[in-house]
Amino acid sequence: MTFGVIVFPGSNRDHDAAYAVSHVLGQQVEIIWHDSASLGAVDAVILPGGFAYGDYLRCGAIAKFSPVMKAVKKFAADGGLVLGICNGFQILVEAGLLPGALIRNRGLQFICREVALRPATTNSPFTCAASKNRVYRVPIAHGEGCYFADERTLDELESEDRVAFRYVDNPNGSLRDIAGVLSRERNVMGMMPHPEDATEPLMGSTDGLVVFQSLISAAVRA
Amino acid sequence: MSSAAITPDLIAQHQLTSQEYEKIVAILGREPSYTELGIFSVMWSEHCSYKSSRLHLKKLPTRGKLVVQGPGENAGIIDIGSGYVIAFKIESHNHPSFIEPFQGAATGVGGILRDIFTMGARPVAVLDSLRFGRLDDPQTGARNRRILTGVVSGIAHYGNCFGVPTVGGETVFESCYDGNPLVNVFALGVCRKEDVFYAKAAGVGNPVIYVGARTGRDGIHGASMASAEFTEESKQKRPNVQVGDPFLEKLLLEACLEAMQTGAIVGIQDMGAAGLTCSTCEMGSRGGVGIEIELDRVPQRETGMTPYEIMLSESQERMLLVADKGREDEVFRVFRKWGLEAVEIGTVTGDGKLRVKQHGKIVAEIPNRELADEAPLYDRPHTQPMRRAPMRAPALPAPDVQRALPALMASGDLCSKRWIWQQYDYLVRSSTVAGPASDAAIIRIKETGTSVAMSLDGNGRYCYLSPREGAVLAVAESCRNLSTVGARPVAATNCLNFGNPERPEIMAQLVEAIEGMADACRFFDTPITGGNVSLYNETLGEGIYPTPVIGIVGLMPTAEPVGAAFRNSARTLVLLGGVGACDETRFGGTQYAKVILNQLWGLPPALDLDREKRVQEAIREIVNQGLAESTHDLSDGGLAVALAECSFGQAGIGARLELDTDLPPDLLLFHEGPSRVLLSTQDPDKVAAAAARHGIEAPVVGVTIEKEIEVRQKGKLLGSWAIAQLKAAYDQALESHVR
Repeated sequence: MTFGVIVFPGSNRDHDAAYAVSHVLGQQVEIIWHDSASLGAVDAVILPGGFAYGDYLRCGAIAKFSPVMKAVKKFAADGGLVLGICNGFQILVEAGLLPGALIRNRGLQFICREVALRPATTNSPFTCAASKNRVYRVPIAHGEGCYFADERTLDELESEDRVAFRYVDNPNGSLRDIAGVLSRERNVMGMMPHPEDATEPLMGSTDGLVVFQSLISAAVRA
Repeated sequence: MSSAAITPDLIAQHQLTSQEYEKIVAILGREPSYTELGIFSVMWSEHCSYKSSRLHLKKLPTRGKLVVQGPGENAGIIDIGSGYVIAFKIESHNHPSFIEPFQGAATGVGGILRDIFTMGARPVAVLDSLRFGRLDDPQTGARNRRILTGVVSGIAHYGNCFGVPTVGGETVFESCYDGNPLVNVFALGVCRKEDVFYAKAAGVGNPVIYVGARTGRDGIHGASMASAEFTEESKQKRPNVQVGDPFLEKLLLEACLEAMQTGAIVGIQDMGAAGLTCSTCEMGSRGGVGIEIELDRVPQRETGMTPYEIMLSESQERMLLVADKGREDEVFRVFRKWGLEAVEIGTVTGDGKLRVKQHGKIVAEIPNRELADEAPLYDRPHTQPMRRAPMRAPALPAPDVQRALPALMASGDLCSKRWIWQQYDYLVRSSTVAGPASDAAIIRIKETGTSVAMSLDGNGRYCYLSPREGAVLAVAESCRNLSTVGARPVAATNCLNFGNPERPEIMAQLVEAIEGMADACRFFDTPITGGNVSLYNETLGEGIYPTPVIGIVGLMPTAEPVGAAFRNSARTLVLLGGVGACDETRFGGTQYAKVILNQLWGLPPALDLDREKRVQEAIREIVNQGLAESTHDLSDGGLAVALAECSFGQAGIGARLELDTDLPPDLLLFHEGPSRVLLSTQDPDKVAAAAARHGIEAPVVGVTIEKEIEVRQKGKLLGSWAIAQLKAAYDQALESHVR
């Protein structure tokens, strides 16, 4: 399976994502520069963590105008698998591919630590290999990760089974403990925690593998 | 050359002495212009020239088998095998962090990161050594809290956005840092051995290229500010502090590393202290060539800047490089890709001079070598190191061990620093094997399959009591921290934070600390490959404790870290090195003396270097053979504090200790004698055998148990504590002080 990893100026977990996919999972990786008009022949695309364009305005607010985002939107509209992690999630929200917004953490500080996540659905290409009966230990590293949306949107997300992950012990004030959400067609997911940083015993946890393993098994079935 | 009149007042304002001015006139063979005076004043400032310390810095060992580059470049370089090297250095940003904590600390991080990637290495780790005044001081507490929160968010802001993990460090609170906080930042990077770049200009006719941020009026005379004491007027120096842009720095990093791959770059240096002045004359001096630049071509953020301002600006995120003539376009293409401004501002010449033009007219012309390398050198008088502490111990009150331990665990220096390091991204790059709150931070090097361990250590209290012994103890502790996680110490970098060297008793502290550090680094075979000296850390005549900070790096195989926390109950506890000996004189620099008795006296703990080395060899062997389930060295707070720290792991495992010794209980539990490591094991016999091979005693002192810590001496209960309560005090202390 070939994963595309998009590099915006200021992306800094592009390397982590590419390493997890290639070295840990043994899949192909294509690095895609932000001014590319096309994604090439990839089976899934990852928008990695970082501070795209410095994030001096609103996180992801500039990145959504990046040329590559047109290609990402088309890819998503055609049913392609799109995973946004941390800053990637913020960009997907800004670009309108996912609902809601990510605002300053409740404590107003950047937080880097391991959190416990519970999959809220296994009915998605990003969580199909997960179990709802266990928790997954994955780190977070963000200052603006508090998931926010109006009540109607939140109700809709829940009624359509589009909450992907919830925090067991909410670290940032996210409404309804939401850590990750799915698009209506279920082929786009954004999450604030970093599964790519929990893929080897050396990193203290391998629980992040489940997201990538889900993607790989979903791609095989497709 | 137009020139404002150079008056004695003007010379004094530039912190140049009349002798120094005469030397300038002799070098030039004429009076300097105003711009030239400014250029000399920054290059010959204490910060850039090390004029008070250089004579003594020569005593430091700088060579070793693995040393590829020692002092004199932007960072030291060590060979780690498999065709790779690491570049690392520590820098201080003390003065700016006092004046504007957030930007002062942020640009401190930015500056050291540029020092690393200017050598071709990608930064993979940052550690910080921070010192502040006391947060609970009725007079200064509020300001100290503001400085702490500003510094921490500045470091977080810069490092997190840039994408380098901040993996460790130390934080200390002491009244002497009230008006002079210390912010020392260590960075380490990795590159292939053949890809190392040097800050050397070469090739007459080659273009000199300016890259990065535009030059503004910020930071003018930053280096000179860092070379003077603070007074009431220092707040007015806020414009001297620069403003950092970590996003721009991230682009510079990627663009520079990519441009280096073209093979069209001859030499490169960042513009840090003394900006364009320092980068041009140092690159010229190292290459034995001249550099001519036209200031009209320098990208400027403001209009109407004078040559003086452009040459002395310390605007951040700028680099200077020399490219191969005819291949400039390859370099420009890379910078364009990253959206960066790159401009040819001059050429390399053969006459050895720094020639600066504006509107085609020469505004400064100075021989590079004399400017960069012939700064005045002072053998400042030094007498006895200053200390205002009695040698004899006061009458010690009967110890209340039961209460003392929780008080210590909640004290500033010993409490959890989670509130600080949780604001740092310590995981980015997915290479952090052991992060903050470990004895040593460990980063795996994906390219080689091996790991690098790092530790920053300093102890101002020890050094105040004896600068020489304190410096030796800092080196020993740093090496011990590395050995405790299984790494072999191989090289060092130092940051020397002191008061005003023009006072003989302060100069004596500096000289003795350097000599102590030199002896210890020679002994442990950890050559010092670079570093930084920060003097004049005084406010209104009050100096800091002498605070040399050492950063040592070690090499080790990549493996899951052993860690300090107890993992299982019913394991044997071994105190490698034994309970040690301590008399009351050697007890006066301890955390117990500070927190419980509020006193400082005597001498730092006694150290037997040879024994220390054998203890370290033994623990490395024990760790690398997988014989220990947990290892933690004894340092600040002594045995009881180490025991508590080992009990704060996720498993909730504590210990029952049975000590068979005649030491008084306070000394027994809280003395800070070095050369000791507490470990838990399933193989006590093999541990004992390993210790015996190195001639080190390794008494069994107890067993791990659930939920509690209990300590007995010859059968008598000294204290018992529920881990949950002790840990709550430890976890909440800092946050409750900050809020």
